[in-house]
Parts: sequence; structure tokens; C-alpha cells
Amino acid sequence: MTETTSSERLPIELRTEALEQLLTERGLVDPAVMDKFIQTYETAVGPMNGAKVIAKAWTDPEYRERLLADGTAAIAELGFKGPQGEHIVVIENTAQRHNVVVCTLCSCYPWPVLGLPPSWYKDPAYRARMVREPRVVLAEMGVELPADTEIVVRDSSSEVRWLVLPERPAGTEDMSEEQLAGLVTRDAMVGVAKVSAP
Amino acid sequence: MRMTADLGGTEGWGRAKTPTADEPVFAEQWESRAFALALLSMGRVSGRNLDAFRHALERLERPEYFDDTYYGRWLHAAELMLVDSAILAPGAVEARARKLRGEEVEEPPVPEPSKPDYQPTAAGSLRTVENPPRFAVGDAVRAKDMKPQGHTRLPRYLRGHRGVVEMVQPAALLPDTHAHFLGENPQHVYTVRFDSRELWGADAEPFVVTDELFESYLEPVS
Repeated sequence: MTETTSSERLPIELRTEALEQLLTERGLVDPAVMDKFIQTYETAVGPMNGAKVIAKAWTDPEYRERLLADGTAAIAELGFKGPQGEHIVVIENTAQRHNVVVCTLCSCYPWPVLGLPPSWYKDPAYRARMVREPRVVLAEMGVELPADTEIVVRDSSSEVRWLVLPERPAGTEDMSEEQLAGLVTRDAMVGVAKVSAP
Repeated sequence: MRMTADLGGTEGWGRAKTPTADEPVFAEQWESRAFALALLSMGRVSGRNLDAFRHALERLERPEYFDDTYYGRWLHAAELMLVDSAILAPGAVEARARKLRGEEVEEPPVPEPSKPDYQPTAAGSLRTVENPPRFAVGDAVRAKDMKPQGHTRLPRYLRGHRGVVEMVQPAALLPDTHAHFLGENPQHVYTVRFDSRELWGADAEPFVVTDELFESYLEPVS
């Protein structure tokens, strides 16, 4: 494109490169620190952490009790803490009650256990409609709940962060904690899916 | 707060996206750079804070908020905070971007930084409050029908509606003032349950919504 006007919107990739250059050439931002942040959230912090928490809760009744009483402390026992995890409340899904987490104002999400939020969680349709017609939204996302299951939508408006403890699926009694962790999905820990047996 | 970010209950967005198991953390490489730039800009470089970052997101024009995807939104908000603190001149990013693609552009001079006169009293947002909580579990409360001009964490769809306190959460600094560097004003925080029919009328699907609300957002219901 050769013609430019002041109202033209520049490609966001180009703006990003420009901002990085402006800050790094003045020594305000270190590209190596940026790389470390990115690598952390690409490899070390993600839903595999939360899955370990859930699998432990499924196999260790005392841990489960501690997790539901003080989520932040029980999660820190496994070494998971950090930004967006100052106070994590763990809430149990049962056949009678289904909890699902949203942030209508932005995209608050429990980073230490789930990593950065996926695209559907940040999508306006999810943010707008989960507090208006959750049963319809859940059905669109693949979860059909019985009519007598109570739905509780957890809208994250403060620094409190929610983690759903999904129901352990039937037929997994003989599985190890590690095997169980492999079944637990990000979606189930937000409340837009159930965990299925293999 | 502008309507842009306060989406709860708004219409016209279409279907929810179907989750996929293998979604990458960053769909494109620039998104990861924008993520890291925003994180570093909000505190260390601009001298601002997380609440000011959320407020910067709310101040964006609709195309900046919606049209450059999620991390584009973060990049625009980071840029806004850096201009607020005079780390960057207005238009500096655009000028550099044009230069990067070969245009002859004069870049604005680097301004004299003007960071807010602000120091957090501790890391994070949790704080100690001496006064006991005003409300207890089971208390009936109403979310005030407030219309603040700046930042707030009281969503519009709850204002004026009645709920019941479900949990008392740890006290935290108040984003409404913290975002504007007007003090931390720590308060008790409550998880409040709202019935869907209270919020959306008798024909609504039956369900419950909870929100964490600061003490000054709430009034007692007798």
C-alpha cells in the first residue's frame, strides 16, 4: 500500500514491532526479559498445572478438603503461584450444581493453574451471554445439563480467581493420579465441559 | 466506565466459540511480543498499575478494542499508558511503524517523562482492613445504582439489583481509586449471589450469578 492517510489503521504486527523497538532502543525494556515471560506462559504455566491439582484432589481426600477450604494455599503446596493467582477459590461441580467461570468486564483468569485464557473465554459472545443465558451458551459449547442441575455463573469482578473442581468420571477408579491428570481439561476447570473417562 | 468493555448481558454477539483442545497460547508471534510489552509497560516502564491498565483498555475506541484481536487491545492499552506517563509522545508508535515499512516520516521528539506520583503500599492487591466487615454471609444487599465516570469493577448489569452475600473474601485495594492514583482505599470484598430473574426478569432461564463486589458498591436491604 503506498497511499496513506492519518485515519488509516496500521497493521497491529507493525505497531507491535514499532513499540518494541522504541522501548528497547532506550533501554526501557529488555528483549531477553520479554522472551522469558513469553516462554514461561508458553511452556511452564498452563492447564497442566491445574490438572495436577484436580487429580490430586480426586485421589487424596485430605488434599481435597484443604483445596476447597483454602484454594490458594493448597495450590501453592504443588508449587503453583504467581500473577493472577493472589486468591484462588476452588468450587466443586456436582450432579446437582454446575459452576462456570466468566469475566464480563475483561478476561480475569487464574493464570498459575490455567495459564493464559483461550480465545473463546475472551470472546465478547462468551463474556456477554454467560451471565444472561448460560444454559444456552453451555449447550452451544457442547455441555447439555439436566434441567434440574442448578447453574452458578462465577463472574470474576475482583482479584478473586475461580477454579472449578470437576466431577471425577465413573470408570476411573483404577487410574493413577498421573493418569487422571491426563484426563482433566482446561475447559472442565472453567466449567464449559465435563471430564470424560477414556 | 465506557460501555465498550462492560459486556455482561449485552446482545448481538452471535454464538459462543467452540473450544479446541490444541489452541496455541499465542496464535501469532506478534501476540506474544504484545503480551510481554503490555506486562512490562504497565508497571516498570509507565509507573502505573494493573487497574490503570484495565482502565486504559476501557478507554480505547471500539475499533482498537475489538478489531485487532485480544493482544492488539493490550498493545493499544500499553501505548495509551506510555503516552499518559509521557514515556512516548502521542503518535510515536505510528510514526515508527510507518518508518519500519519504508515511509519517510518525522518522528516526534522523546518527551520529558511524567509518571504518576504513586507508590503501592505492598505487592499485589490484597490488603488488611481494621474495621470488621459490614456484611455477613446470608445478608441481603443491593448493588448501588452508581454511575461513576472513571474506572469501576461494578458491572452495569448488577446495578440496582438485590442479592445475598455468599462469602466474605479477603480485603483488597479499591480499583476505582487505585486506577486513578487516588489511593488504595482497601475494602472488604464479598461474593454476592444474584438470582437470574432479579437481573433479567421473570422469563429468564433460572440460574445464579455471583460477583465479587467491594463494600462501597453495596447497601443493606431491610
